[in-house]
Amino acid sequence: MLWLIPALPLLGAVVNGLVGSRLPRALSSWLAVAFLGAAFGVSVSAVSNLIALPAEERVIHETLYQWIGVGDFSVNVAFWFDPLSAIMILVITGIGTLITMYAVGYMEHEHDYARFFTAMNLFAFAMLMLVLADNYLLMFLGWEGVGVCSYLLIGFWFNRDNLAVGTDEKFLSPRSSATKAFVVNRIGDFGFMLGIILMFWTFGSLAFEEVFHDAEAMFQIGAPVITIMTLLLFLGATGKSAQIPLYVWLPDAMAGPTPVSALIHAATMVTAGVYMVARSHVLYELAPITLSVVAIIGVLTAFVAATIALAQNDLKRVLAYSTVSQLGYMFFALGVGAFGAGIFHLMTHAFFKALLFLSAGAVMHAMNDMIDMRRLGGLRKIMPITFATFLIGALALSGFPLFSGFFSKDEILAEGYSRGAIVLWVVGVLVALMTAIYSFRAVILTFGGKPRWKEGEVVGAHDKDAHDEHGAHGLHPHEASPVMWVPLVVLAVGALFGGFVGLPHILGPNYFAQFLEPVFGGHELEISATLEWTLIATSTIAALIGIFIALRFYAGDTKIPAQLARDYPSLYNLLANKYWVDQIYDYTLARPGRWLANAFWLDVDGRVINGFADGLGHAFRNIGQRVRSLQGGYARGYALAMLIGIVVVIAVVVARL
Amino acid sequence: MLTVTHYTILSALLFAIGALTVLIRRNPLIMFMGIELMLNAVNLAFVAFSRFLNDMSGQVFVFIVLTVAAAEVAVGLALVVAIFRARENVDVDEIDLLKG
Amino acid sequence: MNYGALMEAIVFYLFATLAILAALGVVIARSAVRSALALALVFVSLAAMYILLNAPFLAVAQIMIYAGAVLILFLFVIMVLNPRLDIIGARSTAQTVTAILFSIALLGLMVATLIGGQLAPATGIFTPDLIREVGHVQVIGALLFGEFLLPFEIASVVLLIAIVGAMTLARRERVDPTATKRDLKRDLR
Repeated sequence: MLWLIPALPLLGAVVNGLVGSRLPRALSSWLAVAFLGAAFGVSVSAVSNLIALPAEERVIHETLYQWIGVGDFSVNVAFWFDPLSAIMILVITGIGTLITMYAVGYMEHEHDYARFFTAMNLFAFAMLMLVLADNYLLMFLGWEGVGVCSYLLIGFWFNRDNLAVGTDEKFLSPRSSATKAFVVNRIGDFGFMLGIILMFWTFGSLAFEEVFHDAEAMFQIGAPVITIMTLLLFLGATGKSAQIPLYVWLPDAMAGPTPVSALIHAATMVTAGVYMVARSHVLYELAPITLSVVAIIGVLTAFVAATIALAQNDLKRVLAYSTVSQLGYMFFALGVGAFGAGIFHLMTHAFFKALLFLSAGAVMHAMNDMIDMRRLGGLRKIMPITFATFLIGALALSGFPLFSGFFSKDEILAEGYSRGAIVLWVVGVLVALMTAIYSFRAVILTFGGKPRWKEGEVVGAHDKDAHDEHGAHGLHPHEASPVMWVPLVVLAVGALFGGFVGLPHILGPNYFAQFLEPVFGGHELEISATLEWTLIATSTIAALIGIFIALRFYAGDTKIPAQLARDYPSLYNLLANKYWVDQIYDYTLARPGRWLANAFWLDVDGRVINGFADGLGHAFRNIGQRVRSLQGGYARGYALAMLIGIVVVIAVVVARL
Repeated sequence: MLTVTHYTILSALLFAIGALTVLIRRNPLIMFMGIELMLNAVNLAFVAFSRFLNDMSGQVFVFIVLTVAAAEVAVGLALVVAIFRARENVDVDEIDLLKG
Repeated sequence: MNYGALMEAIVFYLFATLAILAALGVVIARSAVRSALALALVFVSLAAMYILLNAPFLAVAQIMIYAGAVLILFLFVIMVLNPRLDIIGARSTAQTVTAILFSIALLGLMVATLIGGQLAPATGIFTPDLIREVGHVQVIGALLFGEFLLPFEIASVVLLIAIVGAMTLARRERVDPTATKRDLKRDLR
């Protein structure tokens, strides 16, 4: 019955893929929602089955068939269903259904709706396979599958060049963004593959059960093989989950439709790396060096991304860098060994980040796709529901007390501190501060203050291929339709109350951690109640300070930010240009890479290989010409040839006598 | 004392000369003569062997060869006539319609 | 002094030389008629050889058929075609040289084999004495109509075919009643 969970969205993708363009828009899109929703239903039922089992036995291992069988090595299409998978599938199918439902409204003017919903369902299928797989190869299949769907969805508007409306910021075209995402991910995937190969070489198998069991039996903590293996796998995770050094694709992925950003680049695909590391915790616990690397990179990424988010003007970009930053938090948690905390934050983040993205999408929908915050403002009265949900999301993101983000972020920081990563903890608190700043900066600039636009103003007139047919008309912003704000409200509820399942133990029971105990093993925070309260207070104060700074700087259209930008131009430029990382990558990697590719194409393939193939043809033709001349129709020539032949034969015979 | 070797060496010589004729001359008629020469050389060999082996089948063979050679000459020359009748010069090298 | 053997040797070498020189004459002569006459000389020399080899009937048949019929046929065709003086040589010097070389090689191989070889013991029943006694014609006749009847019959069929073939091939196609030499040239080209 577990197989239904990925099969239903797959079926949806097949239906929409084959006949979707012939169906009316409503049918095609709601079908996609229905399939994913059905998968959610099955997931709930599966989870309740799981809970019915006693805690120590909460594993359901269902094998469908043998995929590869070569000698001793075999890989099955099989599912491994334990509490960790349970959480993941609930997030994927639940939030996925809500987002797909939202997309029905968001994409209502899109001609190519069938292609969109096909890819969305296909993505869900791949992601579900990823988290349900019982072996690394099947997981890798899902891993690649989500990469492909991400490519398809980011590049959904592949015909368009510049989507930025109402601003002269230059962003990458959807086609280039999709390619960039895929290529950068490929680098990570390469690491992943090497890790898998090493795993196969070491253990002879790729199934979780066997690998984890053998790893503990064969290796000591700190074994080099395991360290290398985990580092390679982590490289894959940095690609998929947008950490340093492979995070550069995520901001450009905002070229895709907003539901895509919400689903793939906030809630699910980018969390694949986190899931993978958490799933492989047995291996990572054997490699403390790797864990340190993970934690450091996580915190570093969180810090760098947060600083960049402070200086971005495009709301979706702010959210994108915020995602990178929050993913950094999750890796921080994983790196210090608090796997459960990382997954907890994964879940809460899925809720509030999806919420933020969808709200931003509602704003885009209302403002003819304009999302440059410098041109927005004053939307709270026009779009109250969106404003409320966005605000809830921002509060959760900032870690405001009692919102979901507060509990998950707090747990990560507490775990970090208690396990001795003090420096990282400090940075983490700083990041929380900056998170609050940029979150509320976004809130104020978008919804607060006075409108910096005019009713009836025509924006994006130069973009004649605008996605929104309203584009030709002036701005008439209005609240989103119910099909869009209902999911917003549902997500807001989750962002508000979702944290209560994981209370810090001084406040109450942590059901979340308990649920995950069979997977990660129990671990009680070994710090005193006082210390814990202190830590909670610290992160809360950081969040409040951040909110205050944001209000001070941005509410009421103050000149402070502009003044700061003028006073510290180099710092501002550094942040606004994202530390010039994209440019650095371009010069050091992309250009040489392209040069090399061209060289291979033109010289190696063009000259050498084609030359060889053509040359072979020419050679044969020449030989043919020459041989042809033997048949000159010249009888005496034939006779001579015969004589020569006779002489040779006789000579041979005589010689043998 | 004449042995079979004398005759057969003579036969070989004639055969070689006949082959040379076929290869070197352009006139088809003379080429044909070369062929006749070769046939005769072989006949000589047959008769020689027949004599020294006391076996008559060699001579019968020669008789048949004689017949066939005559027939072959008839047909061959008819062919030559047919091909070269209307041409100016009689040159075998010009017949190259079977060119590859 | 064995005059028989001496006589035999003299006749052999005489006619052998004649045959070789005549054969060379066939190769070398520029005019077709001269080649034909040289060929006739070869035929006659070979007839002499046959007599030496105790096959008088064959000698006579050789002269009648070859020198008498085949050669005359050759001469008639030469007369009809009236060829120019022939150029001796293959298309390129290389080919000529190759032809000569390989002919010599062939000759060399044959001679080497013959000299190095040994004749098998004479197991047949037809000794020269027997032939002289019975009569050469009678012996050949007996064999032709006895043991070798089938080849004999087939040979006659071959002759028949040759006659028909030669007639068919050499006939002029009268498509156009007034076909001129020019038309035919055009056709053939």
